[in-house]
Amino acid sequence: MTPGLREFVLDGGVGADVGRANESAGDLTPAVRAALAQAFTLAADRGAAGTRRRTWLDTSDWRLHRAGLALQHERGRGAGRLLLTGGDGALLAEQPVTGRQPRWPRLAAALPGGPVTDRVLPLASPRALLPVAAAVSTVTVTRLLDAEGKTVARLIADAATVTGAAPGGRAAAAGEPAVTLPARLAVAEVRGYPGQARTAARLLHGVPGVAPAAQTMLQQALRALGRRPGDDGGGADARITAGMPAATAVAAVLLRLLEVCEQNLDGVLRDIDTEFLHDFRVAVRRTRSAVKLLGDVLPEGLAARYGAEFKWLGDATTPMRDLDVHLLGFDETARHLVAAKAQDLEPFRAFLLRRRARERRRLTAALRSPRFAAVTHDWRKALLEIRDEPAAAARGGPTAAELAVTTTARAYRKVTRRGGAITAESPPESLHDLRKRCKELRYLLEFFAPLHDPAAYRDVVGDLKKLQDVLGAFQDGQVQREEIRALADAMLAEHAAPAATLLAMGEVAARLAAGQAAARAAFGTRFARFAGPEGRRHMSVLLRTPHAGAPG
Amino acid sequence: MRVYATYNIKGGVGKTTAAVNLAHLCAAGGHRTLLWDLDPQGAASFLFRVKPRVKGGGKALIRGRRALDDAIKGTDFDNLDLLPADFSYRTMDLLLAAAGGKPAGRIAALLRPLAADYDAAFLDCPPSISLVSENVLHAADVLLVPLIPTTLSLRTLDQLTEFVAGLDGRRPRVIAFFSMVDRRKRLHREITENLSAERPGVAGTVIPALSLVERMSVERAPVTAFAPRSRAARAYRALWSELPPPPAQPER
Repeated sequence: MTPGLREFVLDGGVGADVGRANESAGDLTPAVRAALAQAFTLAADRGAAGTRRRTWLDTSDWRLHRAGLALQHERGRGAGRLLLTGGDGALLAEQPVTGRQPRWPRLAAALPGGPVTDRVLPLASPRALLPVAAAVSTVTVTRLLDAEGKTVARLIADAATVTGAAPGGRAAAAGEPAVTLPARLAVAEVRGYPGQARTAARLLHGVPGVAPAAQTMLQQALRALGRRPGDDGGGADARITAGMPAATAVAAVLLRLLEVCEQNLDGVLRDIDTEFLHDFRVAVRRTRSAVKLLGDVLPEGLAARYGAEFKWLGDATTPMRDLDVHLLGFDETARHLVAAKAQDLEPFRAFLLRRRARERRRLTAALRSPRFAAVTHDWRKALLEIRDEPAAAARGGPTAAELAVTTTARAYRKVTRRGGAITAESPPESLHDLRKRCKELRYLLEFFAPLHDPAAYRDVVGDLKKLQDVLGAFQDGQVQREEIRALADAMLAEHAAPAATLLAMGEVAARLAAGQAAARAAFGTRFARFAGPEGRRHMSVLLRTPHAGAPG
Repeated sequence: MRVYATYNIKGGVGKTTAAVNLAHLCAAGGHRTLLWDLDPQGAASFLFRVKPRVKGGGKALIRGRRALDDAIKGTDFDNLDLLPADFSYRTMDLLLAAAGGKPAGRIAALLRPLAADYDAAFLDCPPSISLVSENVLHAADVLLVPLIPTTLSLRTLDQLTEFVAGLDGRRPRVIAFFSMVDRRKRLHREITENLSAERPGVAGTVIPALSLVERMSVERAPVTAFAPRSRAARAYRALWSELPPPPAQPER
């Protein structure tokens, strides 16, 4: 058992005797041997030497990295292991992988039980774990013995070659070069002998060409692959400046959104996890809002044409996402049943899954269609022409900052006007409409975020988010209830609905109705706060104060 | 966690060699294993090249979890840790009695929190009838009793079985096995052949008297590690396969 590791990197460029640690099994460089021999007898542990394959895993939006964690699937001799380490490389948890080796990507929820899963699942769910890097190492182990001949520490020499992000550490794909990392030496502590591990580390410190590892192997591997942790590109921030022509800025925003769509496309097509489709849809919705609200600054006809195309695309994704929402919340919903039993709902789950498979086929067909290929291709071409047009500034027209102020102010006025008209008697559609206006305002704020003062931006978005939460809870309840009714009809038509299931679905619908009523009751207060003096002040500060650090 | 204890009132019957080899086999099978050398003579500690010393002695150990955690040493083998002996264990009875609470359940209570870290614990007990042995009987799931095939040692097994049957609460499963068996001796042959068949709770495997087992003290390693293909190692493997295995790790 290895409670702690101290890691070093061998610098191949310093000193002729500092060769690669894996030249022959267990053979360390003479300098390393001589240093350690001051305190220990060295013995090669040939049984522990061998090839080790590592695959580092994270969600596509780097949730583990953001939480300061690194997850590794390691395979050497025998069964593999999942290792969870902190940002400093310290081991936090490990669990054996028994039975069939998992294939990646794999949903976090599908990991076998164990201490690693217990820590990873709440962070990663509902996402899948994807390989972010893979490496094959030649590992040799040297036992450091005390005067009794007892192993008091181990020295692990690891010469790794990064093989790309292929699952399971397989060889790099064709054309992808394998990169050799600097050899690493790790002093592994034997339980109960911390002092000896410290001594070994101290002795290594003094060896020329051996330096404490400043980066974990994952960091080295990602660097070798040219990947930056966190480079999922999920954000909507485009590089815009206050003084740039509005059309240039809008084109930049739209190009960034197109990029997000494309980054998520593969995950949607392969159905890696539900969040790829979610992020894809959000980017499509943002695109539609941008085209609608900012399209006036684009060349004539462009907004109308692509507004329709992106509506088609958004509509194509809706049925599958709606089913995903039901399925993602399914267990939680089943837990809250009072009169019915959780298993009563199982036929409903089976039905949802069948429907989802059908909708997935339809969505895949749409995303593989010539129409989709043409939309994305032509849209990019059109946007690039606008963004890169050299004469844009000379043509006059508003700047990005001016456009931000006028459109945001307009959207805010619309929200306050429509929201103010809502009474207890207003139909659900009025809240739905307000929710859409709120989303538009939120998107505008986000598009122009680089131009706003960060503090003022935080205040306004904070106010708006609270209002959106209530509207979202109301509208989601409404939509889900209507869907449950429609799905119940469809199940009946297909003779797939036992009475107990319909009753359980009725209970679910009742609970949604109760949640909706609570959201409706909370609306008045939330809206008053958003549209009241404090909220108005926040908005006026935002519109009057340009971002001090915003470029030009 | 499954707790195995090797125990006999008599000394020199192969308790320590059994505990050391079985613990090694258990760990080699991928189970996280702890061997607690309760014998103040520290033979098991010696065999693993660990100094028979515990900071604060038996007193600190019996007082709480912290000292226990700090005292555990990794061995040369994967998955196998050792809680070494200490000379102060010779007065362990007094320490247990002074610890308060239920003195006979103290070792069981100390082992309980270790269940998160280990799948199996082996207790190598000193030869005696004392509060220590009573503690061990309470803590163990499997009581392994090495027997030299003599009439007297059979009497001892009867006494022990009777004693265990009279224990309150949870009782260990008693599994005896013949140890240090010399096939050249007629009495050994007769007793091992007749008794394994006749008596329940006696393992079919016998551990032969072999010089290789004695060599463990020279090699300072389990025979299953330094001579895995030897007859001695095969015998311990056969014995291990007769014992109830540690619980499988929880799957979800």
